[in-house]
Amino acid sequence: MTDLKPKDFASSLDVRWCPGCGDYAVLKSLHKMLADTGAKLEDTLCVSGIGCSSRLPYYMATYGFHTIHGRAPAIASGAKLANPELDVWVFTGDGDGLSIGGNHLLHALRRNLDMQIVLFNNQIYGLTKGQYSPTSQKGVRTPSSPGGTVEMPLNPARFAIGAGSKFIARSIDTQAKVLGPILEAARAFDGTAFVEVLQNCVIFNDGVFDHLKDKKQGPDHTIVVEHGQPMVFGVNKDKGIRAKAGGFGLEVVSLEEGGCTEADLLVHDETNHALAVALAELGEKGGEPTVLGILFREPATEFGAASRVGLPEKPLSMNEKLTRLSATLRAAETWDVGEDAA
Amino acid sequence: MQNGLEHSTAMQELPVSQQPEVDYVRVRFAGDSGDGIQMTGTRLAESAARFGNDIATFPDFPADIRAPSGTIYGVSAYSLNIGHTEVDTFGDETDALVALNPAALRKYLEGVKQNGLLIIDMDAFTERAIAKAGFSGNPLEDGSLTSFRVLPLEITSNTEKALKETGLSAKDARRCKNMWTLGLVLWLFERSTADVEHWIEQKFHKKPEVAKANIMALQAGHLYGEVADLPPDVSRYRIQPAPLMEGEYRSINGNEGMAYGLYAGATLANLELFYGSYPITPASPLLHTVAKLKELGAISFQAEDEIAAICAAIGASYAGHLGVTGSSGPGIALKTEAIGLAIMTELPLVIVNVQRGGPSTGLPTKTEQSDLFQAIWGRNGDAPLPVIAPAHPGECFDMGVEAAKLATKHMTPLMVLTDGYIANASAPWKLPDFSDPAYEPFPVEQVKDPNGFLPYDHDPETMARPWAVPGTAELMHRIGGLEKQAGSGNISYDGENHQLMTQIRAQKLEAIAKSIPPQHVESGKTTGKLALLGWGSSWGPIRVAARRAELEGKSVSHIHLRHLWPLPPNLEELLSGFDRVIIPEMNNGQLATVLRSQMDIPVESVSCVKGRPFLVREIAKIIDDALGA
Repeated sequence: MTDLKPKDFASSLDVRWCPGCGDYAVLKSLHKMLADTGAKLEDTLCVSGIGCSSRLPYYMATYGFHTIHGRAPAIASGAKLANPELDVWVFTGDGDGLSIGGNHLLHALRRNLDMQIVLFNNQIYGLTKGQYSPTSQKGVRTPSSPGGTVEMPLNPARFAIGAGSKFIARSIDTQAKVLGPILEAARAFDGTAFVEVLQNCVIFNDGVFDHLKDKKQGPDHTIVVEHGQPMVFGVNKDKGIRAKAGGFGLEVVSLEEGGCTEADLLVHDETNHALAVALAELGEKGGEPTVLGILFREPATEFGAASRVGLPEKPLSMNEKLTRLSATLRAAETWDVGEDAA
Repeated sequence: MQNGLEHSTAMQELPVSQQPEVDYVRVRFAGDSGDGIQMTGTRLAESAARFGNDIATFPDFPADIRAPSGTIYGVSAYSLNIGHTEVDTFGDETDALVALNPAALRKYLEGVKQNGLLIIDMDAFTERAIAKAGFSGNPLEDGSLTSFRVLPLEITSNTEKALKETGLSAKDARRCKNMWTLGLVLWLFERSTADVEHWIEQKFHKKPEVAKANIMALQAGHLYGEVADLPPDVSRYRIQPAPLMEGEYRSINGNEGMAYGLYAGATLANLELFYGSYPITPASPLLHTVAKLKELGAISFQAEDEIAAICAAIGASYAGHLGVTGSSGPGIALKTEAIGLAIMTELPLVIVNVQRGGPSTGLPTKTEQSDLFQAIWGRNGDAPLPVIAPAHPGECFDMGVEAAKLATKHMTPLMVLTDGYIANASAPWKLPDFSDPAYEPFPVEQVKDPNGFLPYDHDPETMARPWAVPGTAELMHRIGGLEKQAGSGNISYDGENHQLMTQIRAQKLEAIAKSIPPQHVESGKTTGKLALLGWGSSWGPIRVAARRAELEGKSVSHIHLRHLWPLPPNLEELLSGFDRVIIPEMNNGQLATVLRSQMDIPVESVSCVKGRPFLVREIAKIIDDALGA
């Protein structure tokens, strides 16, 4: 069998996202990563809900199921439980995954079934034409919030930590160098891997992530964390993150002369739960960088394997099943009616 | 067409029950929720079934887990009809009521027939308990029970006395009073305590002291009947075994039968069973039963909500299993959108609705059959869904098989309607013999060959589309809730194609209509003055009343629908042979409305939504009103 190329993972359908949509970049990274890791078309299943991002399965040459609003994690769970050999991906958005489907996302993350959930966070409802979403920044004016929203936005990574997720990563749609390895690590993780992608909606919320994506200034506003590496960031690698002295929390420090040195900085430990909480929240206040990379990864019991304990090791034949069913039915009290019976 | 369903409907006709206390006896146990009433009733039912009697039971318990003791709403009851003739209902009236407290007496006295037997635990009739039950005075002393035969016994203190030597605390000893009572009732029916003793030993094998106490209480109650000087008007019941068809039997309730039947159906389809569910009364025992079939390969999944439960089942079906989900009305309402997805994606899926009183949360523990509209019509878009319904607990197994067969043969979701009565009631059930042609396997063929594969190419006979399962090489395709292009299955917003696909979905039901057995007459002639048309659990009372009326020479037939949607094609012709068609149903006339929309027959509706099945006398009155007494 010849090795598949990224383009082999693309279906024959024309991609119909808006020109300039961040989804194109994610799709491209996905195709490349699947090709690079030797994924098979027939063993890959892409499940999605409703929304712009949920169109993704149509653009994959793999198996795909474009389901109903918010329910993709549940449908994916059923498919994976039925066939553990499948490589199952869920594609969802901030509305699909965190609003109408919040409950399913919560429980999927908690159970830790081996699949990947990629949440495209564009902080807006795109397909329904621009209403605010659960992740929209406070005060944003949209057709459904002409005076500006008064809701506090939800932080997807923090939600995932709260739900008990064992793999939490964050990336920017167009940063293939960050996103590619994250998708690969997510695929390799034996459990539910949650990947938030900060994704630009060119039509209804254009530019919300520009300060993070900007080629020149972006590095001052983001930090890509790596397990075992000190937390250094900035255009000139002159900023760092350290634990607040005498209390909880993180703070940004300067590495310029007279300031801190690398030795003062935190070294990323992706198995540290408390650190993951702090990293997920970073970037919500001015001067803090938004954290990209794998925020948290901790091996834990995989739901599928655990729930299969007690099932027959190999599928039973029809005859064997009927024999066992007959015995089960007769485990209750039975009696005979007939000439010999009392 | 021979199938599992016909197997069960071809049951042997037993003689018609006519004389109470001779042909059959109706007993009701009633007491506090914590008195072990359900267990006592179940034991007597098992014991009677083993003896060879026909039985019909009706557990009736409060929605509260432990309602305050002594209250009317905290009363739990178990009704049981034991016959040597065919008994299909738990009985309109009670021949013997066992009341373990004043509230139980107050709640169920009305159902006791004139001169019926009241077995009463006097010890529970304290001033406070009498007042709590709402009696103005002590009914045992104020002469209000003179039209009954009253047997007031010191059940609690007799139980305590019997267990004195065991060293059990008085409180623990009192907990055995249900077994003392059961012992007495077994004596009343001239039955030994051996079966129940054996059951107790097994049930409490880890707690031998509990087993011992229960057995001692049971024996003491039995002995009490033997030696006590009971009033002369208390006579024992002598109910001979019923002439049931030869074979091996057990008792089964509808939920158990349905769970086992679905497993058997998936197996005969050569598929694995996946059951996705969220706990809800009265459907939860389906989940519990499938969960116990893990060693047999059945996967059960308790989802986070009703929607996830059906969605997981759809996902499992997509991946090649037989996905099944079960719930009750409110849960089915939540599943509605996903049912539409299963219709659009044409995946096999079985949805079991164990109906209860509605709308909304309604009457969770009370039975009703008012979700027929929801089943047939309750979705957005033109969304045809086949609907079938077993008539009684003993038919649920075969209906589970039938559901799996239709869903896989035609690649469609399908709904099975049972109800709280069928789910909880138990009856003797002849164990299936899988070598019987009725259980001939119907293995599903999942597509493997990529040549000419089109995911939405329909078989002209069954209207099934090919089932290509993820993991199969070269058959990768995408499905979803958006309208499909006929053939390719790609998204299509084309109007002409939507017209075609709407037609194809409708034709799927037409194909099913052609494959289901023609409607037959349950009892009576195929033409006549009156047809009583029923579906689901109204079967029992209609059957008893219709057969009795027929014995009296009345022209009445009983027709019972198992396939509700699509309707059997010969139904209109069959009904047209009757002067009048009356539909008694436990809703406000839903089947009648459905039939009026489908055929030119002037059907009449009689409704009963009282949280219980029809009484036989209510059906008898319908017959009398129609034909003259």
